[in-house]
Order: sequence, then structure tokens, then C-alpha cells
Amino acid sequence: MGMTLPGLVYLVLFAYVPMFGLVIAFKNYNYSTGLWNSPWVGFKNFDFLFASQDAWRITYNTLFLNFLFIFFGTIASIGFALLLNEIRIKVLSRFVQSTMLLPHLLSWVIVGYFVYALLTYNGLVNNILGYFGIEAIEWYNSPEYWPAILTITAIWKMLGYNSVIYLASILGISSDYYEAAVIDGAGKMQQIRYITLPLLSPIIIILVLLSIGKIFYADFGLFYNVTRDMGMLYSTTDVIDTYVFRMLRTVGDVGMSSAAGFYQSIVGLILIVTANFVVRKIDREQSLF
Amino acid sequence: MHASIKGSRISTVIVSGVTILSALIFLLPVVLVVSASFTDENTLTLQGYSLLPGKWSLEAYRYILVNATQLYMSYRITIIVTLVGTLASLFVTSLLAYPLSRRSFTLRSKITFFVLFTMLFNGGLVPTYIWIQQYLELKNTFGILILTGLLSPFYVFIMRTFFKTIPDSIVESAYMEGAGEWRIFATIILPLSLPSLATIGMLTSLNYWNDWFTTLLYIEDKNKISLQYLLVMMMSNIQAAALNPNSITTAAKMPAETARMALAVLSIAPITIVFLFFQRFLVKGLTVGAVKE
Repeated sequence: MGMTLPGLVYLVLFAYVPMFGLVIAFKNYNYSTGLWNSPWVGFKNFDFLFASQDAWRITYNTLFLNFLFIFFGTIASIGFALLLNEIRIKVLSRFVQSTMLLPHLLSWVIVGYFVYALLTYNGLVNNILGYFGIEAIEWYNSPEYWPAILTITAIWKMLGYNSVIYLASILGISSDYYEAAVIDGAGKMQQIRYITLPLLSPIIIILVLLSIGKIFYADFGLFYNVTRDMGMLYSTTDVIDTYVFRMLRTVGDVGMSSAAGFYQSIVGLILIVTANFVVRKIDREQSLF
Repeated sequence: MHASIKGSRISTVIVSGVTILSALIFLLPVVLVVSASFTDENTLTLQGYSLLPGKWSLEAYRYILVNATQLYMSYRITIIVTLVGTLASLFVTSLLAYPLSRRSFTLRSKITFFVLFTMLFNGGLVPTYIWIQQYLELKNTFGILILTGLLSPFYVFIMRTFFKTIPDSIVESAYMEGAGEWRIFATIILPLSLPSLATIGMLTSLNYWNDWFTTLLYIEDKNKISLQYLLVMMMSNIQAAALNPNSITTAAKMPAETARMALAVLSIAPITIVFLFFQRFLVKGLTVGAVKE
């Protein structure tokens, strides 16, 4: 049908052509001669990339920070979904859900402003520390705090969204189970432990697996805006996506940039396909393919 | 029995209390930025950020509204891009999703895979950037602001699921009466899908409104700098100064920190207002497709 044509042309132009453009990683790219006339250099760009400290650092940061986001994010979301589920007053529950969804609507740029107001030298956090007689900290010059700061920020932005998803699954659990448990004398905590969590576990596993499938991709907006792209923080905050961008646009090293990008695309593909393969085994409906 | 009812009442109060408290903690950064934007510049510099302005002032807003031609330009381009982009995106997305929802469409599984594959694998930033700026020559164009967000495979699949709920019999009986594909799509399918179009349209417009990355990559023309990217530039003052030739002379008087915060407030205000009005609809719409049913 002709209807699909605009969409398909779009995908060819903006998704498929760039896929073939990945060969750029094997060339010494020159802006003036273009892709076809730039000379092939084999694996040279990769040799440079993996010989540098950069490759290890950005791989580690990407995996480690995403792991923190997934691990603490999942626990926080489930915890909050359980809390929301216990609120019997409808208006209140809706108010809390809406409040927590607000960050989801805002861009990382705005979130960057929020974090700035908290962490700049005369920001709220240092003011509070000062109140307790603790010396102010130069947050934007202290890389050691940033894994924690980024984790808290990421959870702050996604918690509402993720807990609403978990809440939907909890609400789907038949009330028969709970009624039977109450008759047997089970308390609230026991109900959560022996009914809610076990019945929730398939969806938890699936969502975690799908996040692991994307673990090689970092959220560029978060890392670029919330750290204000501070060079001082790169040791703990530089991830593959920020590195590729910086090499391409700031440093202008197309070789390093395209090699890192190629590395991300390939490993990313393997992870996403594997994760979906496992998800498919658990529940076909939830898998991408 | 009595004790357990009393116990559960206490726990309800505790649970509600904890939840409300955390909701308020959630809002704390928003309050902080709004408060800073209404604070006197000197007070902010001396006393730092606090949840209530140490000394009230509207200077930041006055400064922004009087001086910022860039702000008006950015608001204008962002509003235009959001409107045009959302309509164009809905059009292309639904055109692709509809055939994929019909069982009678022979290429269905092949095209589905063609769309799906772009969710699994992509060329990444470098080839995309070089292709768009050097070969398609879309740098500094209005077109690229629309094009980067035009079609999301994810939304195609969500919309396909919506379309699947329309019974085949309706489409078939329209065929019998001699209506063509396009006519069926325009007069039957779309009117029946207004709620889902509204949901996807809302998500798409949010993405356009919040887009700063496209501007970061492809736009240098002052007239086309999106609102969100203007905020990025404000964060790193130097670039903003480069854009405004008068800034060096006015820098001394400019309420820098509070003006930044005021600009941030002005950019979240529209979203927050829309959010307050359509709260219920939004909560449902935002989580659509997150878990397949």
C-alpha cells in the first residue's frame, strides 16, 4: 500500500542510510572529500581508541552508572508502587501520582537547572550544610560525588513513571488472594512478601531485562546537562554518548568518535537482541520481536 | 479485632504521611527555582538559594521581558515547530501504522520487521550527523527541527495496536460499498481513533517542546534556536554573550543568576499549566504502551 511510503522513505533516509554510514569508522574521514573518497584505514581508529584510557573509562562509566540507575531505580519504583497501593484516599493517590509524574514531562535541560540551584556553591545544599556547621563543597569540581548525584537525579525524574507502571500491575492482582490471606491471618507485610512481590516478579524481571538490553546506551541529556559538561567531572561522568559527541563536535576527531560509536552500536545490538531473546522465553507478549 | 482495625488506621495515616511528604520533596527543586527567580539578585548572591526569597524582586522577569528579543524568537520557533511537527508526525505515523494493523495487508510482516529493526540497531551520532549536515544539507533549516522527531517506531507500534481494536467488519463493509483505502482511512479509521491520536499527539508535542539536542547539533541561526537550547546556552553564559552583541555592556547590570532561573520558570510554565488541566488524561496517556496488555 502506498500509505506506508512516507514513513518508509523517512526510515531509509534517517535510519538505514546512517547504518551503512557506520563504515566511516574504518576510514580516515575528511570533510572536504566526503565519505567515498576518504581513504580506508582498516582498524586503525579502533587501535587508537582502545590504546587510550578513554575506551575503558567510558565503558566502565556507562555500565556502572546505568547499573546504579537500574538497581536503585527498580527498588525505589517498586517500593513507591507498594506505598501508592496502600493509599485508600483516591484524591490523595491521584495527587501524589501526578506530582511525581511532573519531572517526567520536563526536559533534562530544566532538570539541569534544578540540580544547579541545589548544588552551585551558594546553592541550597551548601546552605543547609552551612547551617549544620559543615564546610561548603564545590560539587561541580568533585567527581567522587557524581555517581550518587546522577543516580538520585535519574531516579527523581523516572520514579513517578516507573512506579505508575508497577502500580498498574499490582492493581491487576486478583483481590481473592488477599482475602484468603487475611482469613489465614496474614498481616500487611506478609501479604506484600508472599503475594504481591511473587506475582509482580515476572514484570519486574522483564522490565529489568529490557533495561539491561539498553545498558550500553546512556541518556545523553542527563549527562550533558546535569553535569553542565564540566571537564572536572569527566573521570566519573563521561559516558560513551558524551564522548562520541565531544570527539565529533568539540575535539573534531571523527576517527575516535566514529570508532566509539561503532563499538556502541554493535555491542548495543548484541545486548538488546540477547535481552529480548530471554524476555521472549519468559513472556512472548512483552518481547520486542 | 478492635486492635487490628486501630492498627491499620494508624498505618494508613503513616503511609499517607510518608507518601505526601515524598511528593513534596519531589516538588522541592521546582519551588527552589521559582523562589530564586523572584529573589533580588544581590540577595541571591550573598545569601544563596533558599526555598523562600530572602528579598522579593521582579527585576529578573522585567529584565527578560524587556531585553530578550532572543526569548521571543525562541518561543516563536518552538511553538511553530511543536505545532507543525506534531501534525506532520501524526500524519506519517498513522499512515504507516494503519496498514500494519490490517491482516489483509500482504507485506505486513516484512514492513513490521523493517520498522522494528531501527529500534534494535542504529548508525549512531557520527554517520547521522555527517549525512544530515553534509549530504542532505539540512543544517540551519526549519526542516531539520521537524524531521529529527518525525517518526518514532515505538509510536508506530502503539498506534498499530490502537488500530487493531477497530473491527475488521467495519473496514470490510466499507470496501463492499466501494470506498478506497485512503477514503476508509480518512473517513472511518481516523475519526474512530481520535482518543489515541490525541494521546500520541500529546507525547509527540512534548518531545518537540523539550527538544534541545537538534538545535545543539544543527542550528546556529539565531531565528531558529529552540527555547530549551536557549536555556542550555544561558547555563554556559559565554555562548549566550556571543549571541547578544549588547551583552558585554549590559552584563554589569544584568541580573544574571535570577534571570536564568526566571527563564527556566517561563519555559516550564506552559507544560505545568497544560499538566494541571489535563492531569487525569495525561497520567493515562503517558504510560500508554509502557506495558503491553
